[in-house]
Amino acid sequence: MLALVAAHLVVAGLLPLVSARSTRAAFGVAAVLPAATLLWALANAGPALAGGLDETTAWSPALGLELSFRLDALGLAMIVLVSGIGAVILAYCIGYFGSASPAATRSAALLLAFAGAMLGLVLADDLLTLYVFWELTSIASFLLVGQGGEKREERRAAVQALLVTVFGGLTMLLGFVLLGEAAGTYRISEILADPPRGGLVTAALPLILLGAFTKSAQLPFHPWLPAAMVAPTPVSAYLHAASMVKAGVYLVARLSPAFADLAVWTVPVLVAGVGTMLVGGWRALSATDLKRLLAFGTVSQLGFLMVLFGAGGRVAAMAGIAMLLAHGMFKATLFLTVGAVDHATGTRDVRELSGVGRAMPGLAVAGALAAASMAGLPPLIGFVGKEAAFEAFLHGTVENWAVAGGLLLGSVLTVAYSARFLWGAFARKPGRDATPVHGLGPALTVPIWLCAAAGPVLGIATPIVDAEAASYAAALPGDPGYHLALWHGFGLPLLFSAIAVACGLALHVARARLTALADRSPLDAQRAYEKAIAGIGRVAVGITGRLQVGSSPAYLATILVTFVLLPGVATVLAGAWPTSVPLYHDVIQVPLAIVVVIAALAVTRARRRFTAVLLVGVIGYGVGGLFIVDGAPDLALAQFLVETLSLVAFVFVLRRLPAHFTETRPSRRIRVPKALLGAVAGFAVAVFALVLSAARTEPATTSAELARLAPEAGATNVISAILVDFRALDTVGEIGVLFVAAAGVASLVLATRHDRRRRGAPVESGQSTPRHEEDVLG
Amino acid sequence: MTKPFEEWDRPRQAWMLSGDCRGVRQRTLLLEMTTRALFPTVLVFSVYLLLVGHYGPGGGFAAGLVAGLAFVLRYIAGGSDVAVRVRPPVLIGLGLTVALLTALAPTLVGAPVLATTKLALDLPLVGHVETQTSVFLDVGVYLLIVGVVLDLLRSLGAGIERDMRDAGEPR
Repeated sequence: MLALVAAHLVVAGLLPLVSARSTRAAFGVAAVLPAATLLWALANAGPALAGGLDETTAWSPALGLELSFRLDALGLAMIVLVSGIGAVILAYCIGYFGSASPAATRSAALLLAFAGAMLGLVLADDLLTLYVFWELTSIASFLLVGQGGEKREERRAAVQALLVTVFGGLTMLLGFVLLGEAAGTYRISEILADPPRGGLVTAALPLILLGAFTKSAQLPFHPWLPAAMVAPTPVSAYLHAASMVKAGVYLVARLSPAFADLAVWTVPVLVAGVGTMLVGGWRALSATDLKRLLAFGTVSQLGFLMVLFGAGGRVAAMAGIAMLLAHGMFKATLFLTVGAVDHATGTRDVRELSGVGRAMPGLAVAGALAAASMAGLPPLIGFVGKEAAFEAFLHGTVENWAVAGGLLLGSVLTVAYSARFLWGAFARKPGRDATPVHGLGPALTVPIWLCAAAGPVLGIATPIVDAEAASYAAALPGDPGYHLALWHGFGLPLLFSAIAVACGLALHVARARLTALADRSPLDAQRAYEKAIAGIGRVAVGITGRLQVGSSPAYLATILVTFVLLPGVATVLAGAWPTSVPLYHDVIQVPLAIVVVIAALAVTRARRRFTAVLLVGVIGYGVGGLFIVDGAPDLALAQFLVETLSLVAFVFVLRRLPAHFTETRPSRRIRVPKALLGAVAGFAVAVFALVLSAARTEPATTSAELARLAPEAGATNVISAILVDFRALDTVGEIGVLFVAAAGVASLVLATRHDRRRRGAPVESGQSTPRHEEDVLG
Repeated sequence: MTKPFEEWDRPRQAWMLSGDCRGVRQRTLLLEMTTRALFPTVLVFSVYLLLVGHYGPGGGFAAGLVAGLAFVLRYIAGGSDVAVRVRPPVLIGLGLTVALLTALAPTLVGAPVLATTKLALDLPLVGHVETQTSVFLDVGVYLLIVGVVLDLLRSLGAGIERDMRDAGEPR
C-alpha cells in the first residue's frame, strides 16, 4: 500500500516531463495509476471485507515510528471514490483542458499528487500518518483552487480554503495527540479495538471533530466550499465533491464505532450535520451559478453523511456507506455535466441557459439520472441510502424523531434543488431564445456516462453495497437483520421518501417566491469569516505596534529587566553563596583586572562611538589575557580573534554613524534610570558568576575522563576532541546557526542596495528586483 | 596570445594587490607592502592552525578566523576593489556541505552519524602521517568561517562604502 501511495507521488513529480510533450497524454498517464489502484482494491475486496488487510513498514524503529496502512470495508468504499472517480475525472480532463492551456500542466501533476495523498489518508492506520496525508490534501486543494494566482478571486478562495482547513487540521492534530496519549497507541485499529475513556478523551474528541467539520465544510465553516468553486470544474468535481471534502466524513466514520456512545461525540455531529444539511439545501435554492448550486448541495449532503456516520447505529452506518458511494457518483456526474454544459455554451448561469436539454439530449439524460439519484428516486442507489437513513431514525427516542424530521426537511430541500438544477441546466425557459450549443467530443461525454450509469447499476446491485456496508457496520449496535434493499415494503420510510419528493417538487413549482426569500438571510457565515480574519489582522497590528517600538534602549531595557528578574530571583532563592572567594590566584591577574575595570568605567563616560568601541576592545583583550593566565590558550586564541574581527566590523559600521552618541547631553531624568538599570544588570552578572561557580556539587571528574579519552579520539587537545568528536553534533548545529546569521546580515545590509557592478546597466531598486537578489546571493 | 613556457607564470588575476587602488589620498604604501608579505603567510599559518588543532591550540574555528582576518587586512590595505573571486555565500554553503557530508559519511559503512576513525598514511619523503576523519569536519568549519568573514566584508565593508558613495559622502 505504501508502494501505491509513493508511486502516485513519484509519477506526479515526473508528470511535467510528459506534459511538456502533450498535456492530453499527461492526463492519460495520470489516469492509469488511480485505475490500477481501484483494480487492486477490488481484487483485495474479499480479505478487506472479511477483516482487513494490514501492512506496516518500520520507518524509524528507534523512535517507534512506523507507517501502517490498513484496507477494510470503509477504506474500500473511499477508494472507489478516490481512485475510481479519480481515474474517470482525469480521463475527462483530457477533453476538458485545451492542449495549450497553461493550467493543464500544473493541474495534471497536482491532481495525481492529490490522489496519492487522499489514498494515503484513507489507508492510513496511524493517527499521525493520517494527519500528514490530511494536510497534504489541504495543500493540494490550495494549489488547485489558487491556480496561477492571477485572479484576486482565485487567491482569496484558495487562502480561505487553506486557512479554514488547516486551522481545523491543527486542532485535530492536538486532538490526535491527546487521544494517542490516552490510548497509549496511535494505531487506529488498536484504538478502535479498545477505545480509551476519560478526561483526556473528552478533551480530544471536540478538537478532532473541529478538524472533521472544517474539512467537510460543516456549519459554520462551510463558506470555503462554495468559494472554492472558482477552480476548474474537474478539480471541483474531484476535490470538492467526490473525495477531499469527504475526508472529514471519513474521519467521523472511522472513529464512530469507538466513540458513538459518548455525548461529546454524537451531539455536535448530529447538531452540525442536520444544521448543515438544512442551510446548504436552503442556500442551494437561490444559487444562480450551476456550480455554486451544486456546491451548496454538496455542503448539504456532507451534513447528511455526518449525521449518518456520527449517530453510531448499525442501520445508520449502512445508510452512510450507501449514501457515501451514491453521493460520490451522482455529484461527480453533475459536476462533469456542468463542465460539459459550460464547455458547450460558454456559460453556467441559470438565467442565461435555455433549451440545452433539447440540443444535447444525451447529456440531459445523464444529468437527470444523477439528479434523480440525488433526490432519492427508485431504483437508484440514492433511494436505497435514503430509505435506510429514514429507517435508522424512525424509532425510539424523541431525539431520533427530531433527527428524522430534520432529515425529512433536508430531503425536501434536496429534491427541490435537484429539480432546480435540471430546470436550470436543461429546461427551455419562457421568453428566452435557446442558448447556442456546439458539439462535444466523446472525451467529455464518455466519463459522464460512466459515472451516471453507476447510479442505477449500484441500485440494482444493492446486495454488493449491502455486503460492503454490513462489513463496516458489524461493530455497531442495532438491528442485525437489516439489509440494504430497493424494496422494504410499505412503511414509514417509504412514506417519508414520498413526502420528500412531493414537497420538494411543490417547492420547485413555487421557486420564484422561494428564491426571493432564500436570498435574504440575516446571518452570513462568509461575512463572519471575513470579519474574523480582519480582526486577527488588527490584533496583530496592535500587538506588533506595542512590542516593536523601534527604540534600541527600550529593547535593551526589556532584555536586561527580564534577565535581572528571572534568573536573578532564582539565584537569590536557590543559589548557595561560595564559602571562600579568593581575590586572585596569580599576581598577573591583578593588573589585567585593573585594566579591564578602568576600561569598563571609561566606556560609561565615553561620548564618542569610536572611543567606546576601542575601550570595549580593550576589555575583550584583557579578558583574553585572563584566559591565558588561567591556562586556556584555545579560549584565549578564539577570544583575541573574535575581538579583533568585531572591532573591524564596528569600525566598518561606525563610518556611517554620527561620531557622538547624542547631539546634546540627555537630561538627568533619562540618564539616571539608564545608569541604574545598567549597574543593577552588571551587578547581577557578577553575582551569577560567583554563585554559579560555587554551584558545582560533584567533583570535576568529567574533565579527567575527557582528558583520558581525548587521545582515543585522535586528539591530544581535549578542546578539539570535544568540538569535533564528543560533541560534534553541537558543532554542526552551531555552524548551521552561523550560516543563518550570515545570510541574515547580508540580506539586512544589502536589502536596500540597487546599483551594482554591471557596467552601465540601468539602476533598478526595490527588494524583489533580480538585481537585489543577485546582490544578496553575492 | 602568450607562447607556452614563456610567460606561463604570469599572474592571470589580481591575486595580490594590483596597481589600482582606491583614492590616491588614502593610499598607505607601508600597509600595502606589509600586506603583500603578510597575506600569504597568514593564510599558510591558518592552514597550520587548522591541522594542528588536534594536538594544540587551533582548530577550524580559530583557523578560519585567522584566514578571515588576512582578508580583512587585504581589504583595509587595498579597498573593496580587491575582490575575492569566490562568492562568500558559495564558500559558506561549501563549508556547510563539507561538514554535513563528513557527518553523514560514516552511515555509508554502517557506523553512527559523526563517527570518526584514524587515518594513517605512509607518504614518500614525508613519512608516516596520521590524522582523524574529523579533520574534514574542521575543514568544513574553516571554509564556513572564512565565508562568513568575507560576507561581513562584502556587506558591512563594501556595502556600506557603496552606500556612502551613493549618498555623496567622502570616504
